[in-house]
Amino acid sequence: MTDQIVLNHVTKSFTTKELGTVVAVNDFNLTVKKGECFAFLGPSGCGKTTTLRMIAGFEDLTEGQIYLGDKLVSDSKKNIYIPPEKRELGMVFQAFAVWPHMNIFDNVAFPLKVKKVPKAEIKERVTKALHYTSLDGLEKTFPSDLSGGQQQRIALARAIVVNPDVMLLDEPLSNLDPHLRETMRFEIKRLQKEFGFTIIFVTHDQAEAMAISDRMLVMDMGNVQQIGTPSELYNKPINKFVHSFLGQSNFTKVVIKDGKAYAKGHMDQTIAVDGNVPEENGEMILATRPNTIDINRESGYKTRIIKRTFKTDFVEYLVAIGDDTVLIQTPHRNLFKSGEECYIRVHNPAWYPPEDEEAEKERERRNVV
Amino acid sequence: MNKVELENITVRYGDHTVLDNFSLTIPEGKIIGIVGPSACGKTTVVRAICGFVNPQTGTVKINGNTMYSKEQKVNIAPERRNVGVVFQDYAVWPHLSVYDNVAYPLKKRKVNKEELDKEVKEALRQVNMSSYEKYLPSQLSGGQQQRVAIARALTSSKDLLIMDEPITNLDAKLREQLLVEIRLMQERLGSTIIYITHDQEAALQLCDKIVIMQNDGSIGQIGTDEEIIKDPANKFIFKFIGVSNFLPVKMEDGKCYLDYSEPMLLREGKPEGYPDTDKPVEMGVRPMDVIFDDASPIKAKIIQTVFLGNIYNYFIQLGGQELRVQRITSGGEEDDKYVEGKEVGIRFVGEKYYTREEKADV
Amino acid sequence: MFKKAQNKDFLALEGKRSGISLDNAMIIFSYIALTFVVIIPVFMIIYYTFWDGTKIDFEMFKTVLFQPENLGALKNTAIIGVVTTLLAAVIGVFFAWLLGRSDIPLKGLMRFLFSIPFMIPPFLAAMSWDMMFSGRGGYVNNFLMSLFHLAEAPFNVNSLFGIIVIEVVYYFPFVYMQVVSALERMDPTLEESARIAGASQLYVITHITLPLTIPAISSGMLLVLITSLSNYGIPSLLGFSKNIFTLPTMIVELMNRAEGSFVGIRQAACLSVILVVVVAIALLIQRIVLNVGRYDIIKGKSMRPMLIKLRGAKYPLLIFSLFFLALVVIAPLVMILCISFIKAYGLPITLENFTLAHYQRIFAGSNVMVTSAIKNSLFLGFSAGLICLFLGTMLAYVIYKVKPKGSVVLEMMAVLPYSLPGTVMAIGCILAWSGKIAGINLYNTIWIILVAYIARYLSYVLKSSSAALQQVHPSLEEAARSCGASHLESLKDITLPLIKPAMLSGFFLVFLPCMRELTTSVLLYGPKSRTLGVMIYSLRVNGMIPSAAALSVLTITIIIIMNNLVNYITKDRRK
Repeated sequence: MTDQIVLNHVTKSFTTKELGTVVAVNDFNLTVKKGECFAFLGPSGCGKTTTLRMIAGFEDLTEGQIYLGDKLVSDSKKNIYIPPEKRELGMVFQAFAVWPHMNIFDNVAFPLKVKKVPKAEIKERVTKALHYTSLDGLEKTFPSDLSGGQQQRIALARAIVVNPDVMLLDEPLSNLDPHLRETMRFEIKRLQKEFGFTIIFVTHDQAEAMAISDRMLVMDMGNVQQIGTPSELYNKPINKFVHSFLGQSNFTKVVIKDGKAYAKGHMDQTIAVDGNVPEENGEMILATRPNTIDINRESGYKTRIIKRTFKTDFVEYLVAIGDDTVLIQTPHRNLFKSGEECYIRVHNPAWYPPEDEEAEKERERRNVV
Repeated sequence: MNKVELENITVRYGDHTVLDNFSLTIPEGKIIGIVGPSACGKTTVVRAICGFVNPQTGTVKINGNTMYSKEQKVNIAPERRNVGVVFQDYAVWPHLSVYDNVAYPLKKRKVNKEELDKEVKEALRQVNMSSYEKYLPSQLSGGQQQRVAIARALTSSKDLLIMDEPITNLDAKLREQLLVEIRLMQERLGSTIIYITHDQEAALQLCDKIVIMQNDGSIGQIGTDEEIIKDPANKFIFKFIGVSNFLPVKMEDGKCYLDYSEPMLLREGKPEGYPDTDKPVEMGVRPMDVIFDDASPIKAKIIQTVFLGNIYNYFIQLGGQELRVQRITSGGEEDDKYVEGKEVGIRFVGEKYYTREEKADV
Repeated sequence: MFKKAQNKDFLALEGKRSGISLDNAMIIFSYIALTFVVIIPVFMIIYYTFWDGTKIDFEMFKTVLFQPENLGALKNTAIIGVVTTLLAAVIGVFFAWLLGRSDIPLKGLMRFLFSIPFMIPPFLAAMSWDMMFSGRGGYVNNFLMSLFHLAEAPFNVNSLFGIIVIEVVYYFPFVYMQVVSALERMDPTLEESARIAGASQLYVITHITLPLTIPAISSGMLLVLITSLSNYGIPSLLGFSKNIFTLPTMIVELMNRAEGSFVGIRQAACLSVILVVVVAIALLIQRIVLNVGRYDIIKGKSMRPMLIKLRGAKYPLLIFSLFFLALVVIAPLVMILCISFIKAYGLPITLENFTLAHYQRIFAGSNVMVTSAIKNSLFLGFSAGLICLFLGTMLAYVIYKVKPKGSVVLEMMAVLPYSLPGTVMAIGCILAWSGKIAGINLYNTIWIILVAYIARYLSYVLKSSSAALQQVHPSLEEAARSCGASHLESLKDITLPLIKPAMLSGFFLVFLPCMRELTTSVLLYGPKSRTLGVMIYSLRVNGMIPSAAALSVLTITIIIIMNNLVNYITKDRRK
């Protein structure tokens, strides 16, 4: 596989009157392979969209270079900026951005018309693109007569009609209802298999990022936190931020003593852990997922069910470990009742140093801004 | 004692009958969820309780007192029914401060100043908004505005609250948080809460009892969360409450088969709950209740896998049909075992049987 | 406590109540008010046009239509209307693009300048341009002639061309406003996605940006067209002396010539019908055009649109724009101000000729007519404002909240005068309230002007109040009911306070145009009921131009103060 998108030390800072200088993207390095589906995940304002817009050519770089294929498209030092229209990308926006004054055919044909492709070929390629996006027969319809999902398909058809090597998707599913969102996810993957383009997918929805991507990254406050496959990021998060941003997390204050973990302030019972326990004695945070705690009636850490909540797919139990509570998810089988005694074991947990209060404060400050 | 009784309520708009002979009794001191698909008439039910809708027939009683009766010609105006209402769009008055919003019901009842002040402060404390007395609603977030609305409903009536989709306009995290707060508040005050929603998850989480209304405005089932999950009364409830697969089945020689072009043996003997009918039968099974088990003779092929962190979603092919399967992930190697294209054995647990033409459009 | 309440509420069941409910009383009153203010005057015009006293008669209409004089006026009206609209569109779109999409500096200043023409009455602008460019007499013409040693005046505003130019510079902000707001609200990704598709900046402007603003452009243009067709002030000030007539000025002329004769009044009525037909055609086109292209271009995250760098063209364009704005916005104001301080019209503008005499006369009250004009206009503004405020808000409540059967009819009745030219409305009032109906004779009194003002401006309050009422979600009132408030209490405690800011700005929306009104009052005023507009107009016609200028400055000052006041009030409340 060859490299399709390369970002070298890309940095972007803005200067505004209210905030002074803000580093929106800080020293961003990334190599995306050809044919990969790569997701940028992060809370709003983390810099993911700014990075995407730099790749598209809508924003200049404060520092660094961007390559698309072999071509240098942005370089802050040499002041090279290939304009967006010359980068040969496909892009789909959150608000669809289909042109309301053109019918479906003209919308999809637009990129070809601009390139002065012969008429007969335009017709053929547009028909094909509409076919792949299940819009057959809607050529003469105007976007305002179509649903949100269909409008987003038009945007997809318009992007694939030029057969781009790279497809940039900026929160393309956020404006759709949950059911449609799931369907469109599959559509996008299917189109990718068909056309073989490389995808960069920007989203703030962690489930969506994990579901769609081959590899992904998590960003926070302009910095890349971790790059990897969805299961690497979910199961082996590098820090507490990534842990809490992907899926649900249980953070339990524990004390390590002689290779065993105890709930803080409750040194009478060890927590049953299947997996590594840090060797050094002292306070730690035990990070677990609701799906990796086993609940049974035989052995483990003895405790009680505080609350049981039915979800449509599974049951959630709220269970105490020392002064903290943890959430456990299991299928609708072998039910425990509220208040019932039970035993729990945690599998492959992550351990983080006690909370760095300074970092928390900094995050809050930036959130307020 | 019963808090609210609706007897034989019928509501028509023109030719369209929303509620037909609808009866429901709501016990005191519980959170009762009224759940149903949109336009099933659940909002009409609460509007009839509040007095914003006058039914064509029937009786509405609150605390045993008749509030509305077509037959007896009784219609108590909404302002005299002593019901606290929380609306989906908050409906806090933007020109009044938080304090004045919450004090309004007391002022209308001409409560004296000291009493009023005490009650307003208590209501704001219940919803954790004590420090926002002087704020105008426009200075508050959606979640805070909804808390003010709840406090106002409390000063209006502590013992009967109606909440019409109160968390629908909030984001996921806040929704969760507010549900917990509503529950804690109810436990402290012992109020009766009628909670209207289209969201089964919220109802399952919050309510002591859930009333599920069907598209035609009738009640499909009344039960606890466990009853509704484990024993859905009919196919509509089964489909409404979550994602479901339906597989054709048949009985032959006292054995139960999956009714594909090549039948597969499902159960020796007639399964529990199999309907007594000559008509074709189908089996409903939830994605979580399809279990990968290599020992099972029923083989299916994995078409697609979707990783969602705590859950793995699979689309598998069985007898020309596509089924949805879910597994709670373990975080270990087992997660990587079931890849696209692999053949797996499957078995089913907790399945339900329904006659096939039973329509259930959710 | 519940048992006690039951009996009382028996009657509420099925709406059976003793006496007339509050809602019903409001409905009935709405119909009565609108019948008097709107329906009778409109009916009287039609009646006079097609009734010759004994039978139905179409002859008069034909005769009037084909009279060469009237045909000429019709032609002039059409030419002025169409050419003005086209030129206004070009200039309006150009400036809208410059401010909405380019990186030209000083945008704030330019935005402010664009808003000024909205505040100044058109006939005052025309008067000022007349001072600058009327043949040999105009100050600027004179200056240019001596500067370049010209034998002829370079410009002459007292011509069809002059009228068009003044209307263009006065009306192009209509187009500008519509287009610039469309550009600002447009989702920038619509343009960005075209860039990604491979289109250059220029291609994006011509193929995406412009087509998407066409609805805004056309609605701005039609606003210009309709206003131009029914405008009286500009053509009368600039065209009268050269016998250039348009339909509105011709109607006034016919009315003056008639001197009360039945046939003369019928002629004016006929011409009014013709003018209404012309405007109706324009409105019909507007409806069609607006329905064709109603695009939704304002969704998505709010992002600042990409500004196009003008690079080398930046400063030349800036200088051009500022010069243009100085000429069309500032120069007329300065001219009026200068003239108001001059001893006699025609004298060069130098310090020797400076005097405060014109202002002294106004403020000393030595000219009784001027003093009473100020009083009259203030009285009319306040009373029309207040009456419209209550009537309009009540109508809005009836139409949008009570929603009785036939509320559409009520709404149509209320907004009808909005699309009728002021001249026509005035004729209607004269025909209706000169003793013909129930012996009510308001002619030559201030009351007839008040009635006409109410009819014309009622829809302004209706619009602002109903917009506010529609913001008041039903659940806000229902919440009050469930909190123990009765229907009336929920109105008083919740609904009214919520729409108060809109009602207040509705008052000013009526008060301000009343202060600068000319079209209607010029037909309706009597010896004791001159308004500011009429007074300025007649001072000028009688050659007392510096006095007219001084009074104009005073009027403009009042308008600007009031305008800022209303902006301040609405801004303060809009939290």
